[in-house]
Amino acid sequence: MIDPITLAVLSGRMEQIADEMDATLFRSAFNPIIAEAHDASHGLYHAATGDTLVQGKSGLPIFVGVMAFAVKAVIDKAARDGDLADGDVYIFNDAHIGGTHLSDMRLVRPFYHDGKLFCYLASVGHWHDVGGAVPGNYNPQATEVFQEAFVLPPVKVMRGGVVQQDVIDIILRNTRLPASAQGDLNGQLGALDLGVRRLDALLAEYGAETVRDALDALSDRAETLIRAEVAALPDGRWEATDYLDNDGITDTPLPITVALEVSGDRLSLDFTGTAPATAGPVNISKGTAIAAVYVAIKHIFPNLPANAGVMRPLTITIPDRSLLAAEFPAPTGGYTETILRMIDVIFSAMAQAAPDLVVANAYGTINALSLAGYRRDGRRWVMFSFYGGGHGGSLEGDGLNHGNAPISTATIPPVEILEAAYPVMFRQWALRPDSAGAGTHRGGLGAIYEIELLEQSAEVFLFGERGRHAPKGAAGGEEAALNRFSYSQGEDWAEPSMVSKGVGMRLKRGDAVRLETPGGGGYGPAPARDPVAVARDVALGLVSSEAADKAYGHDWRRADLGAKA
Amino acid sequence: MSGSIMIGVDVGGTFTDIFVLDPTTGKAEVAKVPTSRPDQSAGFLAGIGQRVADLGTVATVVHGTTAGTNALLERKGARIGVITTQGFRDVLEMRRRDRPRTWGLRGDFTPVVSRDLRLEVPERTLADGTIHTAVDLDAVRAAARTLIDQGCLAVAVLFVNSYANPANEQAAVAALREVWPNPHVASSSEILPEIREFERFSTTALNAYLQPEVSGYLGRLETALKGQGFGGEFLIVQSNGGVMAVDTACRLPVRTALSGPAAGVIAAAYIAQTAGFPDIITGDMGGTSFDVALIAGGQAALAAQTSIDFGMVVRVPMIEITTIGAGGGSIAWVDKGGLLNIGPESAGSDPGPVAYGRGNTRPTVTDANIVLGRIDPDRPIGGGKLDVAAARTAIDTHIGAPLGLATEAAAEAIIRVANSRMAGAIRLVSIERGHDPKHFAFMPFGGGGALHAGAMLAEVGLSRAIVPRYPGVTSAMGCVIADMRADFVQTVNTLTSAADGTAMAALIADHVAQGQAMLDAAGGAFAARVVTVELDMAYVGQTHTVSVPLPVTITGNTVTPPTPQDIAVAFDAAYLRVYSRLLPGGVSRVLNLRTAVIGERPKFDLATLAPTTTGPVTPRTTRRVHMGGDWCEAAIYDRLALPIGTRIDGPAVLEQPDTTILVEPGLTGMVDSYGNVILTRTGAA
Repeated sequence: MIDPITLAVLSGRMEQIADEMDATLFRSAFNPIIAEAHDASHGLYHAATGDTLVQGKSGLPIFVGVMAFAVKAVIDKAARDGDLADGDVYIFNDAHIGGTHLSDMRLVRPFYHDGKLFCYLASVGHWHDVGGAVPGNYNPQATEVFQEAFVLPPVKVMRGGVVQQDVIDIILRNTRLPASAQGDLNGQLGALDLGVRRLDALLAEYGAETVRDALDALSDRAETLIRAEVAALPDGRWEATDYLDNDGITDTPLPITVALEVSGDRLSLDFTGTAPATAGPVNISKGTAIAAVYVAIKHIFPNLPANAGVMRPLTITIPDRSLLAAEFPAPTGGYTETILRMIDVIFSAMAQAAPDLVVANAYGTINALSLAGYRRDGRRWVMFSFYGGGHGGSLEGDGLNHGNAPISTATIPPVEILEAAYPVMFRQWALRPDSAGAGTHRGGLGAIYEIELLEQSAEVFLFGERGRHAPKGAAGGEEAALNRFSYSQGEDWAEPSMVSKGVGMRLKRGDAVRLETPGGGGYGPAPARDPVAVARDVALGLVSSEAADKAYGHDWRRADLGAKA
Repeated sequence: MSGSIMIGVDVGGTFTDIFVLDPTTGKAEVAKVPTSRPDQSAGFLAGIGQRVADLGTVATVVHGTTAGTNALLERKGARIGVITTQGFRDVLEMRRRDRPRTWGLRGDFTPVVSRDLRLEVPERTLADGTIHTAVDLDAVRAAARTLIDQGCLAVAVLFVNSYANPANEQAAVAALREVWPNPHVASSSEILPEIREFERFSTTALNAYLQPEVSGYLGRLETALKGQGFGGEFLIVQSNGGVMAVDTACRLPVRTALSGPAAGVIAAAYIAQTAGFPDIITGDMGGTSFDVALIAGGQAALAAQTSIDFGMVVRVPMIEITTIGAGGGSIAWVDKGGLLNIGPESAGSDPGPVAYGRGNTRPTVTDANIVLGRIDPDRPIGGGKLDVAAARTAIDTHIGAPLGLATEAAAEAIIRVANSRMAGAIRLVSIERGHDPKHFAFMPFGGGGALHAGAMLAEVGLSRAIVPRYPGVTSAMGCVIADMRADFVQTVNTLTSAADGTAMAALIADHVAQGQAMLDAAGGAFAARVVTVELDMAYVGQTHTVSVPLPVTITGNTVTPPTPQDIAVAFDAAYLRVYSRLLPGGVSRVLNLRTAVIGERPKFDLATLAPTTTGPVTPRTTRRVHMGGDWCEAAIYDRLALPIGTRIDGPAVLEQPDTTILVEPGLTGMVDSYGNVILTRTGAA
């Protein structure tokens, strides 16, 4: 039994190792999705099960749960082949065994101490392009993974410390951006090298036995922590259902349903009732679904550690053949939209059990928008970014205006960087009035982005959601505005037939696209909002007077704005 | 110039520190007076008055100020207005689409300029500098009238792409100056002509937000100094550790955001270098935080920007200071999983630790030090007496009981976890940046750091610790040491192969001319003037840049144009140093050009501060102190009375009014020829 003080010290030391691996890749990566948006993650994983032991704090939240599945896939592969050795590094992007989508390249390296396997180190990062039908790999019309990207199963990119150039050559021949891929691969290998050096030093200082004891104790502690949190909830069963607009192929709403049950210190989440797997790419693998549950739980209880011990008192039921348990080769490119909706329904169910703990739904779609074309000199350009929206209101206050998605910590590139790199001009980059859900504490506002094309022609690709089903409020709060996308064709404006999804929409010079994103849901009944706060929202142009009258009544018209809201 | 005395003044939250140096005699004196509130100038003048009778004998007063930092943190800047490009009024509020904390999704953000005071005007510049729409000056004037009617005291002009062509912003500023009732008018291209609109707008808006407040405060100080016969130069410390003239500070108050801490780091660098240790890591332990900075080869590392608070980004060069929430007042607690944690919640200095008896009942790091006898309960910093029994009870209740530990063991556990977190911060700035801690010395300053110095040697593997003779007035001393410095930046955004050396040379020459004029205007004597040029560069596709020192030849006002080949060679060298491998065939680009013009000030001889005592050393008393796992009878010395060359083996405690140095068993403290105490492992030095 390890003493509690050494445990506290080792816990910090190991977190620092994972954080340092994150920081190394962010600084050295060649593509902005890793460097700026931090769409990457690193950690230490259990030698036998692949369970998450420690994970960096700065990586993408969704990876915290999903990386365990990636490591397990390598453990299974090594067991089949029987040739695991020190100095090996596996690489793969297969989303059906490793989670998330094919853009995420996973590197897994066994860590040996005194000739024995001690644990695994892993690095995952979102590469800029991995082949497939659409640059950047967000293809809302894909019906098989093969139309999304090349699929790489776990193979050794390093064998006993020796780089396998053949494997690298295959990878680089299958991407539109080989220099970027090579740069990111180097960065990920560098991060793993660093992790090995730091872990060697830690084991030399404390001894393998003590570190192993600490890892076991940290898992137990994670379990104790979540049991204490769950035990404080009332026993009972609560349900929530929400919908994806469509799968990009057929315009039919897709229900995602959860039944959440608390019994003592155990929590079960049953997704029975969720739509079956779809032809289009809103499917996710079971591993991704479990990771999404973990993200939702950690948002509800933010002090839980990134450790698999958290999952022990959870029972998660994912129905087979549902879109939450898709099988190869069903497409998974739009996984972000599906896991955002899973998090929303978990929040909505939990809000009935313990409204104080939960925030209302955030905007709930990443809006992956690409504009692509050729410059006058024939060079290809692809402007690809995710766009922001509002966060939900909470017991403490209003939601955040223009935040990032709950599964992400990504920042958005500045307008000036985009305009310097691509032939576009933003006409508007603004908060979207009346986009937030009303409530005692209203949601945060979404945004309006209007982008004009400065070159002769371009094609537009969009992968979004929340065009038909708005983000929900909590504790009696109201829902936010819908996502809205339009593009101009000369004097006229058009909308894609799949609402927030579309491919190959054509623009000419002077045409524009306009994206209006949802705000967050409101928290608590709207009529209970302080009339001074409503009057201020109206004075600042965040809420129109018509919308204020409708949601809040007329008291705000008599409120004294000199008073403190 | 009327006299030769130099005075450094650091105004902190609790105390105002004064450092007075007479360069003709080499005599230095220090004074400490309570900080006056709300107007800090009263304490400022009272402190100087304690040591200098006639301000006519003073050549220079240098001020490290927290006025700007506090105004930002407490949101007490002025009511200001913004005039911006049509379609972009919300940039300040939308930030870079981040959130305050990764987990929990709570918390919102209120910008320093409310939405009704952010007005749009028709105008647009494209990324290549082309004017797409000329600025509508009638709209600018109308916006100005609205903002004046709304009671705005300053206005910021924030136009998209103005870094590429400032013409529209300049036209708007000219029109505004005709109607605006005070000098507080600025544009983003004047303050920071650098690409990335949120960072540029935020820096410019925060500058305007601070301007009325900070320029008013500095103006009152200057008037008061002159009223008492002061005729010398009045200088302000910038966040980058250099000083600037007071009129520059009034124009660019955002550059004072980290003024106070920066001065401390500059002094630490000088003290350590003089003592023979050019590579150090400083650790300033205050009530709520532990601030760490790394100095390699005598130079403090600079960061390009910082967030003062969520969404409040200031992009100006500043000394890179890493802060963690582990100070003397940080609260120790056991979580539901049974793990001992320190902070981030803090009792601060008010109510402060449990032993202060001002109402806090949860144990802090200082309480653990008190329970272990490491702080004398009868002679604490700041006076009074400490309630040891209350501290013991708090530790028993909140730590001992849940973990099943006796009082001393629980207190030791608190110290060990706090030390581990502090060591983590030191690893972050050293190991994580590729520096081997073995080559670095640790310099604690502030009140509490020297209690933990031995632990830092053990935990991180630092070679030694240096406790300066007056650790409590390091920032005031730094004011007197700091060089004068003017920084300039311009975004150029070009492929290296297409870099226009002639245009770059003209840009550098313009920066140098402006910088030299600022040095001339300050009226001081400089030991030397130095110009450095750096480029922010990256491979095409990368967004994080590497800082590339560019060797340039400057003769008089003429700058020899660098060739693309010069730039490429400099990039490869810098990139290799940072990432240890180049990208074969990679195409590089230059994003920004930065020039610094530095006037090196004459340094003073630290030996003048050295002790003059001689003879045998005897402990003042002995006290039971818990160290190395057990109680021991430690010798207690009066630190300032120790002569040069004194060696004291642990266990011992060296006390002085503003700090306590713990010499643990296995460590030796030695007084060097400047009066610093050097802590090493016994037998190691």
